[in-house]
Amino acid sequence: MQDRIKYWKGIEELENTPEFEKHAHNEFPEFLPINGAEGGESASSGKTHRRDFLKLLGFSMAAVSLASCEAPVRKAIPYLNKPVDVEPGVANWYASTFYQGGDYNSILVKTREARPIKIEPNPSSGLTPLGTSPKAQGSLLGLYDNNRLRFPLIAGKEAKWEEVDNQIKSRLANVSGKVAFVSSTIISPSTKKLIDEFGSRFGNFEHVTYDVNSASGLLQANGGVIPGYDFSKANIIVGINADFLGTWVAPVPFAKQYIETRKINPDNPAMSRHYQFETILSLTGSNADVRVPIKPSEEAALVSALHSAVTGGSASGTAVDAKLLATVVKDLQANRGKALVVSGSNDPGVQELVKAINTALGAEGSTIDTAAPYYVKQGNDAAMLRLIEEMNAGSVGAVFFYNANPVYNHPLAARVASGLQKVGLKVSFADRVEETAKLADFVTPDHHYLESWNDFEPKRGFLSISQPVISPIFTTRQMQDSLLVWSNQSTDFYEYMRNNWRTVISGNFNEGWEKAVHDGVLENGTSLLKVSAPASTASSAIRKIQPSAIEAVVYEKVSMGAGGENSNNPWLQELPDPVSKATWGNYVAMPRQMAVDMGVKQDDVLKVTFANNESIELPALIQPGQANGTVAIAMGFGRDLDVMPVAKGLGASAYSIATVNDGAVLYTSGVKLEKTNATSPIAQTQTHHTIMDRIVVQENSFAKYKENPKEVTKYVRIATHEGPAKPAAISLWDDYEYKNHHWGMVIDLNSCIGCGACTMSCNVENNIPVVGKAEVLMRREMHWMRIDRYYSAKEHEPKDYAEMEHPADNPTVIFQPMLCQHCNHAPCETVCPVAATMHSSEGINQMAYNRCVGTRYCANNCPYKVRRFNWFAYANNDKFGFNEPMNNDLGKMVLNPDVTVRGRGVMEKCSFCVQRVQLGKLEAKRENRRPKDGEIVTACAQSCPTEAIVFGDMKDPESRISKILARQQGERAFHVLEELNVQPNITYLTKIRNLA
Amino acid sequence: MQHVSPIREPLVTGGKTYHDITEDVCRQVEAKPNVRWAAALAVALVGLAIFIYSVYRTLWYGIGEWGLNKTVGWAWDITNFVWWVGIGHAGTLISAILLLFRQKWRTSINRAAEAMTIFAVICAAMFPVLHMGRPWLAYWVLPLPNTFGSLWVNFNSPLLWDVFAISTYFSVSLVFWYIGLIPDFATIRDRATGPIARRAYALLSFGWTGSAKHWSRYETVSLILAGLATPLVLSVHTIVSFDFATSVIPGWHTTIFPPYFVAGAIFSGFAMVLTLMIITRKVFYLEDYITLEHIESMNKVIILTGSIVGIAYTTEFFIAWYSGVEYEQYAFINRAFGPYWWAYWSMMTCNVITPQLFWFRKIRRSLTATFIISIFVNIGMWFERFVIIVTSLHRDYLPSSWAMFSPTIIDVGVYVGTIGLFFTLFLLFCKFFPVINMAEVKAILKSSSEVKHPKSAATMHATDKDLNSNTHHNE
Repeated sequence: MQDRIKYWKGIEELENTPEFEKHAHNEFPEFLPINGAEGGESASSGKTHRRDFLKLLGFSMAAVSLASCEAPVRKAIPYLNKPVDVEPGVANWYASTFYQGGDYNSILVKTREARPIKIEPNPSSGLTPLGTSPKAQGSLLGLYDNNRLRFPLIAGKEAKWEEVDNQIKSRLANVSGKVAFVSSTIISPSTKKLIDEFGSRFGNFEHVTYDVNSASGLLQANGGVIPGYDFSKANIIVGINADFLGTWVAPVPFAKQYIETRKINPDNPAMSRHYQFETILSLTGSNADVRVPIKPSEEAALVSALHSAVTGGSASGTAVDAKLLATVVKDLQANRGKALVVSGSNDPGVQELVKAINTALGAEGSTIDTAAPYYVKQGNDAAMLRLIEEMNAGSVGAVFFYNANPVYNHPLAARVASGLQKVGLKVSFADRVEETAKLADFVTPDHHYLESWNDFEPKRGFLSISQPVISPIFTTRQMQDSLLVWSNQSTDFYEYMRNNWRTVISGNFNEGWEKAVHDGVLENGTSLLKVSAPASTASSAIRKIQPSAIEAVVYEKVSMGAGGENSNNPWLQELPDPVSKATWGNYVAMPRQMAVDMGVKQDDVLKVTFANNESIELPALIQPGQANGTVAIAMGFGRDLDVMPVAKGLGASAYSIATVNDGAVLYTSGVKLEKTNATSPIAQTQTHHTIMDRIVVQENSFAKYKENPKEVTKYVRIATHEGPAKPAAISLWDDYEYKNHHWGMVIDLNSCIGCGACTMSCNVENNIPVVGKAEVLMRREMHWMRIDRYYSAKEHEPKDYAEMEHPADNPTVIFQPMLCQHCNHAPCETVCPVAATMHSSEGINQMAYNRCVGTRYCANNCPYKVRRFNWFAYANNDKFGFNEPMNNDLGKMVLNPDVTVRGRGVMEKCSFCVQRVQLGKLEAKRENRRPKDGEIVTACAQSCPTEAIVFGDMKDPESRISKILARQQGERAFHVLEELNVQPNITYLTKIRNLA
Repeated sequence: MQHVSPIREPLVTGGKTYHDITEDVCRQVEAKPNVRWAAALAVALVGLAIFIYSVYRTLWYGIGEWGLNKTVGWAWDITNFVWWVGIGHAGTLISAILLLFRQKWRTSINRAAEAMTIFAVICAAMFPVLHMGRPWLAYWVLPLPNTFGSLWVNFNSPLLWDVFAISTYFSVSLVFWYIGLIPDFATIRDRATGPIARRAYALLSFGWTGSAKHWSRYETVSLILAGLATPLVLSVHTIVSFDFATSVIPGWHTTIFPPYFVAGAIFSGFAMVLTLMIITRKVFYLEDYITLEHIESMNKVIILTGSIVGIAYTTEFFIAWYSGVEYEQYAFINRAFGPYWWAYWSMMTCNVITPQLFWFRKIRRSLTATFIISIFVNIGMWFERFVIIVTSLHRDYLPSSWAMFSPTIIDVGVYVGTIGLFFTLFLLFCKFFPVINMAEVKAILKSSSEVKHPKSAATMHATDKDLNSNTHHNE
């Protein structure tokens, strides 16, 4: 049976109508079975019904308008091949090293998705395990500086590296005359070795080390090294114009040592006494127990008098009060072997005397570690001065500039510039065309340090490494690699450095090397850096500084550095000076008396005429503590370069104050001041300087503390019908119950030196916008954390409010880090109409930016005034173009992806680094344990070089913070404005001064 | 044919008839705009333009266009807000409280005073929205059900109380005002000749026919609304004062604020009513309706409330001293002798000293003096709010954050602009709405039974003869 069973596709096929026949071959018949609905006519006639038309119209309108609503597409491209170490959302940490102009910091670099976003101290380091300097924190932004050179230049024109190399090599091959390599201090053993090797090809080569803020005199007096000062062993510290906590030699290690002697413990109360003689009110002087203003011209006499008194003679010939000097001498002599005298003078003669004083006091071997001197400053003024003369004489054939910009910042800048005209080959490794690079034939931009391999030896036996944490952003090349190429070597600097390290790593080299790179430091006592006594020296006679009517000093600003290296860094420009609280620019700091005599008010513009008859115009800032008859101007301003848009138009350059005196550069000279009719406001973040007899910040004397530690702190008591009571005892509010954690912070005012590292660290961690000078003048800086600095008021009657507004002429200074106090009875939380700020179950006062409508009621009602409002859109806003981290694509790479960039019109404030708290809790949870104490730290606490800030869980009785609180309760622990009963989660510890 | 009572001062002078009233009041609605009105409107429109520009800058660029800073988070914005809310007190007070107290003299001024209230509250309400960082989210302060999860407003916040207080006050005032307008709209409708005017006023008058039932309901609703509005007059400024009183800032945290603010509000409200009335009666020739009696009565209220405010200022100082709290003490010493001393002494001079001149009958009854003093009071009350807000904030607890506030041109623009907005609205109201409540004024035209006492009337008012020269029968 071949009868096939027929399956019809449908009735139509069975019927097999002609209509069906016609369409049978069509797979997709045209007719649609909608006949039934509306009757066949309309459909087959092809006419559209009104309703259908409207439907279609509606649909197409909707479709078109929806399409136009689409946001611009921004592609997030996934990794095709995931890099081994990069986990999106998980940070990687690399050990590295920051070094700039003496400021040394062993650091850890946090990278997210291969972008460095934060710098933290490296706890493995023996020198700087605790914190960083503000500059180290800020250096991160230098990496993402949009104005860095992106390629090498030949005569100012873009060029290829091969071309540059060929030309330089050929010109070096037939160079005649001296070849000079000018750099700031290099503490890299491998780099130094490489430079020496590079120079060995030339008949006449010199590596001239030129430091803008030089310690040449100190080096000369101590055989080319800086004595291994150890402040931690000193009972008596005498500083003479040495800002060792802020800018002098190695401030971060020094601050750590210094504060070890200042942390007091009720069980065994002991603390050092610090005398400071200085011209400007420096950060160090602000921390001193006794501070005496002296003129620069009085410095040598003072050192001589001290010397003669310490060595058994009489202290005479100095303008310093004899009684006070006698106390100093008595203290020094009573503490032989436990005393230290340091001087910031750059006069070798003065430094010889200081050395003699320390020897006489038995400091060597105790407060000066003779086995481990510091290498962080090696600048040799005499050598640099000689080079300038040689250049002008035409005997220099080639000169290289590495981290040196003498055309801008040398006191004889004009001579440098004229000398350079006569040099055949000028090569600059600058990262942009700055003043010196402008005159160079070749600019071969160096990597940023975070893109480079390097090694460091800041102190004998303390080696550290920096490693690249990002591949080079631009077509720059590390200076060392350039030198290797120009010496026709085929290795790169990484190999070179590794080879160099073979001598210090014992055992398996690869393992040892990996460990050293991992730890970032190698401190096994071996040394790599070769330092010799300076070849060129200046006379070691004491130079006489002629007293003049107005003696001026030029000084290094704590946050800016000496040579203008950080001029284009908006973070650092906006970081207030720790003492004057001024941002964005320099000024003439003058004492009140001089201002009164001259009829000058703050912000009045003065014409400053230097000894060389050049003049600049700068506004005046009345600086209490400035020695009478003197003025001070900061280094590093007055840059007029298009490649430094951030610094353009800020302040004026005052390097001309520095003078060459008998082969030494002294940072002082006489100036003439004239009042002009102009004013130029100085952007200070704090404009009221005294504490108005309030007990918002507390201090007491060490004598009182020893007597009874329970009486050093004033506690406010509220009168009730049952007698005086703690403010917390009478409360309208129910207390929160903290079941799990209760985060808190203790800030020890005795440990805080006021450097501002916490502020800077907070800015970086929390994506805090830079607002610029105009907005700072409007009092709208956004810093979540500030350091309040109070001067003691001049003598006044109680309640004489008008009088107490004025600081004393030589005030004592106190610093108070101020941030959101995370009140348990927060005034801000109750007043927000939309509940955008509220309390967390762990005691953190939180801000929900998304919910904030911006009434600012919370900020008004905050007694600490720590809330910050986004007055404008600070991101993606041309008006704030200088705010690089938020206004250009490169700068945005620095932003912390864990923290929201706040929009216009919302309130923000310290969050206790809630992103870190959450991360710490999550990690602990993943490992099925409770977070360990010390595992979760806020950015400010982590960066503090003196451990003044302790953050932790107050619920955990074993935590450090709980122990401190338990011990200090009733002694030094106090809450600011306790009488308001807002019950802050931040506790302060009273400052203790060891008054003479 | 008006009749004059031998014992009562007539409330409407000039011997007006019922028809005269209708004519006088409808004249400006029906006639072509007069030159003085047009000129005033032009000036007001310039103010409005300034307002629009300043608001555009504020909204487009952000609150940073103002002079505020991290220490002084409110300044002109909330000063203006409280000032305008204060001004917005008089209308409802006159209408509601005086209605309840059967003060008949209110009838010829209540309409304009209420309009002023509405417009002042509109101006005031601009600021809480404009001063927000993100005004486009202003609706978040309303307890609206939402899709954001459990997000809800914070009922602890005085700002939220403000939202309720102001919106309630505004709605009740608006309804009260509008109900009063209905019979007069009907009158204008009936007289209207143009088709547009007829239709417009027909719509506005809600089909009022003047039937006894309508009148009865009208009276009832007025009374009910007056009853509702009276506590609101007291509550609004009480709640506004809570913004400050419930805070922790020295100079704000003061229990005296509620009564002191209410007195201040009535004080400033009456001053503004006087300023406007003196102009209006002149511009629209309404001297017979808004008489010297009205002005004198209001001046008496001003002297009372001004004295209350003066006592409040003194009490604050006393309490600051008595409290023993150094922050409080400093806050007040700083007000009087700190960097903003000029604001404080302007306030004292304008609010405490100048109104005391009204103890003299001559000054009380002098139009020029009243006008000048009313302006002084307006200025003084603005300074009062400025002093409370700015001088308390600029130096609070921690001296490190002390700062000064200086306004920007945009701050000034927004403020001047709201004055422009206010006068634009007020002038439009004057032109298109009956400024005097015709229906109610007609009710008080006859203040006593119709007995002729021509001679006694003349003798009784001998002293006022010049001013009230038309007090006699106009046969």
